[in-house]
Amino acid sequence: MRARKQKAEAEGAYSQKEKELRNSLLLQVANIPGGESIKKCIQCGSCTGSCPVSYTMDITPREIIALFRARDIESILSSRTIWICASCYACTIRCPQGVQVTDILYALKRLAIEQKIFPKRFPVYSLSKSFVYLANRYGRSYEPGLIVAYFLKTNPFKLLGMIPLFLKLFFKGRIGILPKKIKGSKNFSKILQEAEIMEMVVPVVES
Amino acid sequence: MEYTYYPGCSLEASAKGYDESFRFVFQALGLKLLELEDWNCCGATYYMATKETISLVISARNLALAEPYGHDLVCPCSSCYTILYKTNHILKNNRIMKAKVDQALKKDDLKYNLGIKVRHPLEVLVNDVGLETIVSKAKVSLAGMKIAQYYGCQIVRPDRGLDDKENPQMMDSLFAALGAENVYFPMKVRCCGGMLMTTYPDVALKLNKKILENAHQNGANLVLTTCPLCQINLEAYQDKINKKFKTELHLPILFFTQALGLALGGDPKELGIQRSLIPFRTKENQLEVTK
Repeated sequence: MRARKQKAEAEGAYSQKEKELRNSLLLQVANIPGGESIKKCIQCGSCTGSCPVSYTMDITPREIIALFRARDIESILSSRTIWICASCYACTIRCPQGVQVTDILYALKRLAIEQKIFPKRFPVYSLSKSFVYLANRYGRSYEPGLIVAYFLKTNPFKLLGMIPLFLKLFFKGRIGILPKKIKGSKNFSKILQEAEIMEMVVPVVES
Repeated sequence: MEYTYYPGCSLEASAKGYDESFRFVFQALGLKLLELEDWNCCGATYYMATKETISLVISARNLALAEPYGHDLVCPCSSCYTILYKTNHILKNNRIMKAKVDQALKKDDLKYNLGIKVRHPLEVLVNDVGLETIVSKAKVSLAGMKIAQYYGCQIVRPDRGLDDKENPQMMDSLFAALGAENVYFPMKVRCCGGMLMTTYPDVALKLNKKILENAHQNGANLVLTTCPLCQINLEAYQDKINKKFKTELHLPILFFTQALGLALGGDPKELGIQRSLIPFRTKENQLEVTK
């Protein structure tokens, strides 16, 4: 990858894909209030040091910013990092330069999903998808449905392991028997349909 | 004082006790609460991670519905609070996003005019009601409770100027005033991993173990939290943590409104305390009636 990159750099051009990814991400970052602060990163590593899960990331948050500025978006998108982030905002509040690290990671997640750059049966994506399906259908989330849909998509055998906990919670009255549907669910889907269109509307930004 | 109440999906099911105790506390303090009619899921972090505009639209539907009520919107769930607050913030600062959201809401004849303030009940209690009033209405001293105040990540972060971001004090000062003892607890804002418990359980179990162990070592007999997800991670997975790390943790995890409800003279049953998987017994902890 590096060799290819050096070659591209020597030629003074980037691959078409890299270029598209970059533009798409820049647009996403521009949408974050304070997103332009990414330029001010001084690579101090406060984000990585504050992160409770950086020990299990392949690329640390500080490196993500560095790679972003080195224009290597593809490496970032194929990393484990963006999926491990639990969005606790520890990095964001400690950044001395005001870089919105968590929101930038969110933008990267969205971009990876949009470009479908992740393994099959990938846990975070599967959970997101199950959640979105339920929320769209009922207007509300339904915890048991979410867990079942998630494990069916990833590893159905693990579902058995969830039964004891399910029963315990059930007998404490902490599990709903059926999902609750909102009254305005018809209009809710109309809103969602329009939102789907709006998602694709890209405003023209002067560069 | 009147407030609009946004329960969120967790408070209807796994965090039922939070809903029950929250309603009790507000009533006991003479605050009026009106549940937002036909609210929908805020979208949580899952939606934020997949579709930005749609996530803002579904969360803005709640804001639009709440606007005619004319009161602040109170969200006890930390995740709902963060998402609704964030949506409000983005809509107020980003004209393009606001226009996109408006267009989608129009399909249900809804319009959001940016007139809502999104608030967390902890902050409402401390700032609007005030410690003095709460203490004057307390019927039971909480002496004997040794509490690890666990704020989790989403209440004070990202910066909303509510409280200190690294060492928040709202719960500490509230429960100290009610007679409880706050143990030294440096993990008070450390992340529990949230949904990582489902996607990467090994990572999340380790995070939760560190938090619980820290509370235990500092002598806590109770952990209070403000978030349904933190509560379920810390409580329901304690068995798994004990098995995996060979620890002997046995800490009850309650919502802060449940402990506050006890101080205000509530019966454990109406506060949903019997719904805990790890029992917290008031007698064992020698709570005395002072008034």
